Amino acid sequence: MSKAVLKSAGYVLVHVPEFVKHTGTTQTVERAKNPDSDYLEALDSHLRPFEEVVKYAPNQVYIGNMVPEDLRSIEMPWCNNLTDINDRFGKFGEIMPEDEFIGLIKISDVFDLVKIEKSFASSVKEKLSNHPMISEEEICAIGDGDEISEIESLISEGNEPLYFDKKIVGCVKKAHDIDVNLNSHVMLENLVAKASGVLAFKNLVKKNNIDIASIDYVIECSEEACGDMNQRGGGNFAKSLAESVNAVNATGSDIRAFCAAPIHSLINAASLVASGTYKNVVVVAGGATAKLGMNGKDHVKKDLPILEDTLGGFAVLISENDGFSPIIRNDLVGCHTVGAGSSPQAVITSLIIAPLEKNNLKVTDVDKYSVEMQNPDITKPAGAGDVPESNYKMIGAMGVKRGDIDRKELPAFVKKHGLPGWAPTQGHIPSGVPYLGFAIDDLTKGSYNRTMIVGKGSLFLGRMTNQFDGASIIIERNPGEIEDNNAVNDASAKKLIAKLMKNLAEELLAE
Amino acid sequence: MENQKRILELTEKHGAENVLVIFGAAEAETAGLSAETVSNGDPTFAGPLAGVALGLPVYHAIEPEFKESVDNDIYDEQVGMMEMVLDLDEIISEMSSIRDQFSKF
Repeated sequence: MSKAVLKSAGYVLVHVPEFVKHTGTTQTVERAKNPDSDYLEALDSHLRPFEEVVKYAPNQVYIGNMVPEDLRSIEMPWCNNLTDINDRFGKFGEIMPEDEFIGLIKISDVFDLVKIEKSFASSVKEKLSNHPMISEEEICAIGDGDEISEIESLISEGNEPLYFDKKIVGCVKKAHDIDVNLNSHVMLENLVAKASGVLAFKNLVKKNNIDIASIDYVIECSEEACGDMNQRGGGNFAKSLAESVNAVNATGSDIRAFCAAPIHSLINAASLVASGTYKNVVVVAGGATAKLGMNGKDHVKKDLPILEDTLGGFAVLISENDGFSPIIRNDLVGCHTVGAGSSPQAVITSLIIAPLEKNNLKVTDVDKYSVEMQNPDITKPAGAGDVPESNYKMIGAMGVKRGDIDRKELPAFVKKHGLPGWAPTQGHIPSGVPYLGFAIDDLTKGSYNRTMIVGKGSLFLGRMTNQFDGASIIIERNPGEIEDNNAVNDASAKKLIAKLMKNLAEELLAE
Repeated sequence: MENQKRILELTEKHGAENVLVIFGAAEAETAGLSAETVSNGDPTFAGPLAGVALGLPVYHAIEPEFKESVDNDIYDEQVGMMEMVLDLDEIISEMSSIRDQFSKF
């Protein structure tokens, strides 16, 4: 069987302060239960301007202008110590402002559900005409816009407003009179997931000079569900993304597994390529509006900015072995089975230790682990601690229990084999995959030989099972050998000749 | 919220004197907040235990009182790793403080 390689990666953030206020569930629940609350009153004064979001170190790491290790030298909270980098475009992708993104939502809408106001349409078209990845045809698709009176009338009928700079600039219409799966709120969530996925896909293609016609399969792994009342979650975001980026030779499907979905998708993609079913598979996901400002109350309480003000998106290309790009070891995976148990120890054993043991490896044989790479600037003030650091301590502690390292080496293990977190808390986005872009460099130009990518998911939130979930996969430096499936090696040739000789001898004896 | 509802229902069914809550949160602050919720009521006034002081005894899984009352091998299998990872002193101090202030049993 051939091997699949991690060819390239793209990462995007979208700064959406108005979406934080109007679509993040922490804020919508608060507005429903306590509309005059101090928290809602304080929201505007705790939202960051775009320039601050661009200069925020974890965001610059996400788009590849800085490396994760750079964060170690910046004093926390990082939001109080901004970088000097004022570039919204990076090696891996970009940070898009809210007005441009509303334009992209309009471009991504193929059912005329998105209405935007005339003057806003005009200014967005002008801005997007300078964007290196938006075509003239796409800008035309924005159209001339509608009168604000028409939009206000639609909003008064229960359709979801779109805001920019504290003003209504458009709306998303419901797609059916009574179907709750097609109401304006769901359509908005799904169009946001689609548009941010499209942006990630476009960046992957543009930044890595990929021939879009070479992509033959797309796996989408966000946490939204599209479908109607007869098939809630029927899909298929993947094919809609492929269509939007003009991947004419691609088809695709969606994989859902809460925050673990990107790793399940990576395993699937690598297996599809290794088996020869497809040659070039893109794994992609856009962001989730619901999670914006999820920990906002804690951030405001501690007088920090609301740090969950960006949607995240990523896209990676998995291709046939080119003899250079890192090899995805789809034979070296960790899986959390139904019988594994859900204690942290059982989870770490099944995801990390089991695949290592299967191949006689120690915890120290993996140069870097990429776990849930949540930005601790966001999680620590909310009482959730430093998520990546906790995971590295757990991996190290299992190493101590196995005798791979001494207990006193635990802090050094955490630093050497771990990374500081930089990803926005968008569920599936931090789940191992933010490191893939850096892993390509570390396993080709750098000195690493082996990394492990780990994702975990809280399935019980869906109320179908109390099971936890997770998956992991190892990625290694490419030894530079390309398999030829048609070639017959010495050992198999000798075996075949021996078998034929044996058969001949048996036939002669029988005569 | 769902857990608050479960604790309330169990306490109503079995009596507060027969219920003890074991926590597994990784952070002392989070464990303390959850422990306060089931002993003195929900401090955020958001869930079913808002204003309901059940006074339940509260322990964290890494506290010696719990560790000494369960099988050593099973404890090592299920909690041994986390014992190496968590800040035991901080968690024990937080849980003791909540017990001293709010537990009635």
